[in-house]
Amino acid sequence: MNSYLDTAILTLVTFIPAAGGLLLLIFPRRDRDIRIFALIVSLLTFGLSLHLVANFHRMQTEFHYQIDRQWISTPNIHYHMGVDGISMWLVLLTTFLTPLCVLISWKSIHERVKEFFILLLILETSLIGVFTSLDLFLFYFFWESTLIPMALLIGIFGHGRKVYAAVKFFLYTMVASVFMLAALLWLYAKVGSFDFVTIQNAIRAGQVEGFATAAPWLFLGFFLAFAVKVPLFPFHTWLPDAHVEAPTAGSVLLAGVLLKMGTYGMLRFNLGLFPDQSRHNAPWIAVLALIGIVYGALVAMVQPNLKKVIAYSSVSHLGFVVLGIFSFTQAGLNGALFVMLAHGVSTGGLFMLAGILYERKHTYEIADMGGLATPMPRYATFFCFIMLASVGLPLLNGFVGEFLVLSGAFQANSWYGVIGATGVIWSACYLLWMYQRVFFGKVTHAENHTLPDLSAREQLALWPTAIAALAMGVAPLLWLNIIDPAIRTALTPFAQLASKVVGQ
Amino acid sequence: MNLANIQNIPPAADYIRILPEIVLSIFGMVIMLLDPLLDEEKSQKTLGMIGLAGTLTALLSTWLMARSPGFAFWNMVRVDGFSVFFHVLVIAITTVLILTSYEYMTVQRIRAGEYYGLILLGAVGMCLMSSAVELVLIFIALEISSISTYILTGFRRRFAISSESSLKYFLLGSFATAFFLYGVALMFGATGSTNVDEISVRLNSAQVPVLAYVAMALMFVGLGFKVAAAPFHIWTPDVYEGAPAPIVGFMSTAPKAAAFAVLLRVVFEANAPGRFWLIWTSAALSMTLGNVGALVQDNIKRLLAYSSIAHAGYMLVAFAATPELGTSAVMFYAASYAAMNVGAFAVVSHFANAGERYVTLEDYAGLGRRAPFLAGALGIFLISLIGIPITGGFFAKFYVFSAALKSNLVGLTIIGVINSALGAYYYLKIIVVMYMRDPREEVPVLPVPLGLGVALVITLAATIYLGVLPGRVLDFAQRSAKQLVHPDTPTSAWPTTDVQIFEHAP
Repeated sequence: MNSYLDTAILTLVTFIPAAGGLLLLIFPRRDRDIRIFALIVSLLTFGLSLHLVANFHRMQTEFHYQIDRQWISTPNIHYHMGVDGISMWLVLLTTFLTPLCVLISWKSIHERVKEFFILLLILETSLIGVFTSLDLFLFYFFWESTLIPMALLIGIFGHGRKVYAAVKFFLYTMVASVFMLAALLWLYAKVGSFDFVTIQNAIRAGQVEGFATAAPWLFLGFFLAFAVKVPLFPFHTWLPDAHVEAPTAGSVLLAGVLLKMGTYGMLRFNLGLFPDQSRHNAPWIAVLALIGIVYGALVAMVQPNLKKVIAYSSVSHLGFVVLGIFSFTQAGLNGALFVMLAHGVSTGGLFMLAGILYERKHTYEIADMGGLATPMPRYATFFCFIMLASVGLPLLNGFVGEFLVLSGAFQANSWYGVIGATGVIWSACYLLWMYQRVFFGKVTHAENHTLPDLSAREQLALWPTAIAALAMGVAPLLWLNIIDPAIRTALTPFAQLASKVVGQ
Repeated sequence: MNLANIQNIPPAADYIRILPEIVLSIFGMVIMLLDPLLDEEKSQKTLGMIGLAGTLTALLSTWLMARSPGFAFWNMVRVDGFSVFFHVLVIAITTVLILTSYEYMTVQRIRAGEYYGLILLGAVGMCLMSSAVELVLIFIALEISSISTYILTGFRRRFAISSESSLKYFLLGSFATAFFLYGVALMFGATGSTNVDEISVRLNSAQVPVLAYVAMALMFVGLGFKVAAAPFHIWTPDVYEGAPAPIVGFMSTAPKAAAFAVLLRVVFEANAPGRFWLIWTSAALSMTLGNVGALVQDNIKRLLAYSSIAHAGYMLVAFAATPELGTSAVMFYAASYAAMNVGAFAVVSHFANAGERYVTLEDYAGLGRRAPFLAGALGIFLISLIGIPITGGFFAKFYVFSAALKSNLVGLTIIGVINSALGAYYYLKIIVVMYMRDPREEVPVLPVPLGLGVALVITLAATIYLGVLPGRVLDFAQRSAKQLVHPDTPTSAWPTTDVQIFEHAP
């Protein structure tokens, strides 16, 4: 049919943002034009990425839209891309959030506008590349190349201790991914290929020499790189710093997509390549995830800073994802992926909202707010809606994922479920309490009386997240129908553990 | 006197085989002769153009040289893929250096005649080092290259620091060459020959005499000094700090590449005995001392000096690997290191301004805003020096470490990988300062002149090319490596046999 487009589509979706970024390089420094151009590029990418959904055959177990060309002969590196029901949604999440990031940065970035949008678009390419590459080397390349634009976004356009935050973010994640590189090189040395499918088949067929002894180390090598990115307790300390100092768009992509690179990696590589090791290590990983859920929530509760609350809530929510992944149940993994998407939408929305407030008040301190519902009713409504999505109110997106994760966790071990379920309560506590302190009561600071409400542009950026949050909550099957078969394929090695699909 | 000897006049082909050297010498001498005839203002531009014409002609003549592979001048010179590779590399570096110097000379008010002349003559020595297979000739080539570098180091005559670095380099350098010569003499004593191939035969056939071990160690000391490998690296930071910045870019790449070429010949072609622990220790020390030293530097030139010690260490790692893997890895590394380091120093030398006033880390604050092109270029070179993918630096490290892993050098690889991570810190520090600190307005940035612009574009293109499509260069390096290690294979500069070094399991 349109087989040409099917082969080229992933290349297009991945590289159009970067190509747009390079074009911006030679653009005249007219800020308005640059913003519009960046918006067009990101919308075009989003439009193209819809092609992925439209032509997806949910029962096809192989990767979709594959393209496989030799890139470098020694070492044997291929340009191999493809998506399945797992990665496609993450690509879509990225392309969905980027135009919103452009919109939300419209006014807040007024110096070095050109550099900002170049970095943002290059970052989008790297993020999409992480999810689309099926060659481990290509994956590693995209993985590392997210670091530079992100660190620069934080370091140049951030606030406060931005340089400290940028360097901490860079070194933390870079050092961790060196271990993944070591594991990659080991696999390459034994298998002779970086191709994910080839390596997976070789491992499953038991053709990799010395695999049994090396597997625990390889598993850890991958896991460490991903755990820092997620971030799993106790590797989370870079996250609050990076978030608080990052510009709004940086926070949105950081929380919305970058963290998911870690959980996606666990799902794809740790589970995909090392099923035995995954099961073997699951207990302590689940415990770390549970600690993350509870600890993240408790710390979030006492933060005096709006962005820190949201940042720690990410630690807590991503704990759910890890818990779901290492429950090895159909429901748990479906839920994990759903939480990843839902968290991307709702936390992205929350960070945008926090950024809107920062543009007006130049602070994130909760103590400087109070009673904001009076001067900014629309803002308060949006905030309430997206916050409730994040809390996990039924009919909004947070609920579906967390419910699935918890039901999967119960099947794996009822204690996981019990402790994990408290996380839902905690998140209601810290988010609602934060909401109350920011919006309810009398206006405590006189200057807050005159805060302007949302502008049309800001509403334009917020409506899509609100609609997506609602749609995902009301009709989760639209997503789960595609997720479910992909997860089933991923879980084949765990067949004996897999349980019934929730909802049947 | 034997009649045969008289008749043995070298055939024309022999001269073709040293054509690049001849071309460079002629141009070098022409520049020297013209210098007194021109007034100072004019000589800057004219002599620079002549120098550029010289290197470009030499580059073309390399092609001719490559078409006639084989031995020349009674087996003293050998043209093969290996020597062609290093000829192209050295001459390309020289070309970029001349492009960079073009405007630097005017800003620093340096007389051009001797400068360009010495650069070309130095390049002659370096080219000859890569094709010589006779230890005495190697020594002479080494001296030609070294002496011109000693003088070039002291070219900022108005500055005591430059003279100091020149003298320091000269004294220590002569000492090191003496070691090398001593080693050559002992090697002759041990094997009865100074020809690398014959030495190789002797060392492989019979029991290796103890003298050969000593000779090898002494030669390693001499060459180790030239490549700035620990523990013979002490001179590097001081000399680099004092020397003119473009020259530092030059001497950290071209003579170093040539010295590595000699080391490859001596170590692998001659199959030097007892080298393993010598090289292992030196590699580990160079990487560690270089990186640790660089961590605390505030002066960019000193920082890059320590970084060059570290990079010498990475290259030495490959020397501990098996010959074929090691040779090709070193060749690739030399090429990509040249691209990124020459480029980085081109930026540094332009930014340093008259009298090289602005060379501390502080001065780079906010460069990203004031000079986006310069900062962007330097940023990419630094990213390549860290070894991040799609830059040449990544594949350079990749090949070195995978060669080491294939040779079961796990310990050395781990030391190397940890060091690369360590190195990321100080390179990043420069990027952070450039982009994330507020600019100090009093540091002026001159507009980028044409010559420098071209030089930067060339080095950037090379850095990215080696990072995106390393296949061709690596292929060539691998074939040359095979020739070097098995000299019996028919000498052809463009070998066709395919060498599958990184074998693929089914």
